[in-house]
Amino acid sequence: MGRITLNNITKSFGDVQVIPPLDLTIEDGEFTVFVGPSGCGKSTLLRLIAGLEDMTSGHMEIDGRDVTDVPPAKRGLAMVFQSYALYPHMSVRKNIAFPMRMAGVDQAEQDAKIEKAAAALNLIDYLDRRPGQLSGGQRQRVAIGRAIVREPAAFLFDEPLSNLDAALRVGMRLEISELHERLETTMIYVTHDQVEAMTMADKIVVLRAGVIEQVGSPLELYREPRNLFVAGFIGSPRMNLIEGPEAAKHGATHIGIRPEHIAVSPDAGEWAGKVGVAEHLGSDTFFHVHVNDFAEPLTVRAPGEVSFRSGDTIHMTPDIARMHRFGRDGLRIA
Amino acid sequence: MATKASQSAARLMMAPAVVLLLGWMLVPLITTLYFSFADFRPLRGVFEPWIGFDNYERFVSSSSFWDAVTTTLVMVGAILAITVTLGVLLALLLDKPMFGQGVVRILVIAPFFVMPTVSALVWKNMMMDPVNGVLSHVWRFFGATPHDWLVETPLLSIILIVSWQWLPFATLILLTAVQSLDGEQLEAAEMDGAPPLKRFWFIILPHLARAITIVTLIQTIFLLSIFAEIFVTTQGSFGTRTLTYLVYQRVLESQNVGLGSAGGIIAVILANIVAIFLMRIVGKNLDA
Ligand SMILES: Nc1ncnc2c1ncn2[C@@H]1O[C@H](COP(=O)(O)OP(=O)(O)OP(=O)(O)O)[C@@H](O)[C@H]1O
Ligand SMILES: [Mg+2]
Repeated sequence: MGRITLNNITKSFGDVQVIPPLDLTIEDGEFTVFVGPSGCGKSTLLRLIAGLEDMTSGHMEIDGRDVTDVPPAKRGLAMVFQSYALYPHMSVRKNIAFPMRMAGVDQAEQDAKIEKAAAALNLIDYLDRRPGQLSGGQRQRVAIGRAIVREPAAFLFDEPLSNLDAALRVGMRLEISELHERLETTMIYVTHDQVEAMTMADKIVVLRAGVIEQVGSPLELYREPRNLFVAGFIGSPRMNLIEGPEAAKHGATHIGIRPEHIAVSPDAGEWAGKVGVAEHLGSDTFFHVHVNDFAEPLTVRAPGEVSFRSGDTIHMTPDIARMHRFGRDGLRIA
Repeated sequence: MATKASQSAARLMMAPAVVLLLGWMLVPLITTLYFSFADFRPLRGVFEPWIGFDNYERFVSSSSFWDAVTTTLVMVGAILAITVTLGVLLALLLDKPMFGQGVVRILVIAPFFVMPTVSALVWKNMMMDPVNGVLSHVWRFFGATPHDWLVETPLLSIILIVSWQWLPFATLILLTAVQSLDGEQLEAAEMDGAPPLKRFWFIILPHLARAITIVTLIQTIFLLSIFAEIFVTTQGSFGTRTLTYLVYQRVLESQNVGLGSAGGIIAVILANIVAIFLMRIVGKNLDA
């Protein structure tokens, strides 16, 4: 069980309020991802939940139990740190055993759980090594193993994959998702990588300067961003945002259209522009197109085989049904 | 960096320094070694270049030798225990953010800047003096009879004085080690359910092992040759005669350079045995 409720919590460091009053409920078994730009308070929020920082005000419940003043060890949460925070002088086995040793679990049970965790995480061959003798991915798995054996009410991850290379990151992303499906335990995951957020999350919480901008499933956020910030933050490459007369035509201050919702043609379309930089990804190609009346170049997607040269003039037609309109206050116009 | 050419170039560049250093250390050692096999009493005009192991036999068989060895080991051991224990505690304390941190740190380091002779004199006359010493005033304030430190507990007194001098060194080295500990490890241990004392035992202390080794080794080397503190306070009487002091007495008081040199060589050998022994113990802790 692990339903976490935050009621009106705030956090200030000295005079600086990093988290203004914030409410959030994380359902049992849910995979929740906190995303937001650097310095927006994701780690701080996670550490508040973990109990590693004291809340300035507000209160927090886990499964209906008020844990506002409960120390971290007694909250029943396990955390995986960005630096892994393994104990360098202990073997992998001892690292994984550490929380059980602290809880006074008997030796036979400890061994059984270590074996099980090591088997699940592909660590059997490394149990007697020190963390210093492992690769980044293996260290990450040890850190996860140490969290699993505690059988926590919820797992907290703070950018666990940011120290890994791209290929490994994709692999670990899958492993963590599979782990979540198998354990069905609540997980809270902090990242600023929105691919991780989109692929792993049941629920994404978008933060900006400590304020929750939107909460929803990845597709909700993709289809109906609540405001300009979320529109620009979710989606890769990011949504084209156009202001001025073109937006006014649609009765909005800003209109947004994703690169994948613009049809490209060599000879006819609503907008015409000159091709600038092209990014070939193989499956797709993204073109940066300079359109005369627009302040910024448009990004458009074309299927992989299509090839325009830099300097060519091409024509584009937005899919009106998938266009997003935003008013003067930056909020979405339904 | 480590190509063959650059390695041999590096060796060539280092050669003068190495040769100088070797000469610097070897010449006195060899002279001492030479005298230790000679009957050399300059004031009486006696010089016989080779008398075999006579000096060594006389030095080791005198009753004061084994007393001196015991005194030395007790003194060094006690000082190490005190400085390392208090050093760890002080380092942990100084690592905590507090008001006036900079000033407090300088105050803690201060004793290290006081010359051994001066500090021994200050302790003898201003702290431990049975009539006017600060400590005797404290004793009287609590209605106790003042303790005559240097007469009643001379060895303990010297241990306290030298510990006071070396505590800053231990604290400083240990403080840098404490500061290099990754805070996330402590937080992870906290979440894993380790209360403060267990965090200290399982995380902080192993992290400090290397620094403790260094402090132990360096201090041992210097402590084996404590001299000024003994000279100023007890002159080696009342069971405070260490090996170094014994050598000094043999050379100067009995004017026997040969005998003293033999003692010096024995002291060097003993120091090496102690050092190897210590490295073994602490080295094992490091790898465990
Ligand atoms: N101990 C602290 N004292 C003062 N300010 C702090 C402290 N910790 C964090 N902050 C401030 O709080 C804000 C949020 O920090 P936080 O670490 O939560 O950001 P983040 O969203 O995790 O960023 P990143 O993606 O770079 O990790 C930042 O502006 C930071 O400067
Ligand atoms: Mg962070």
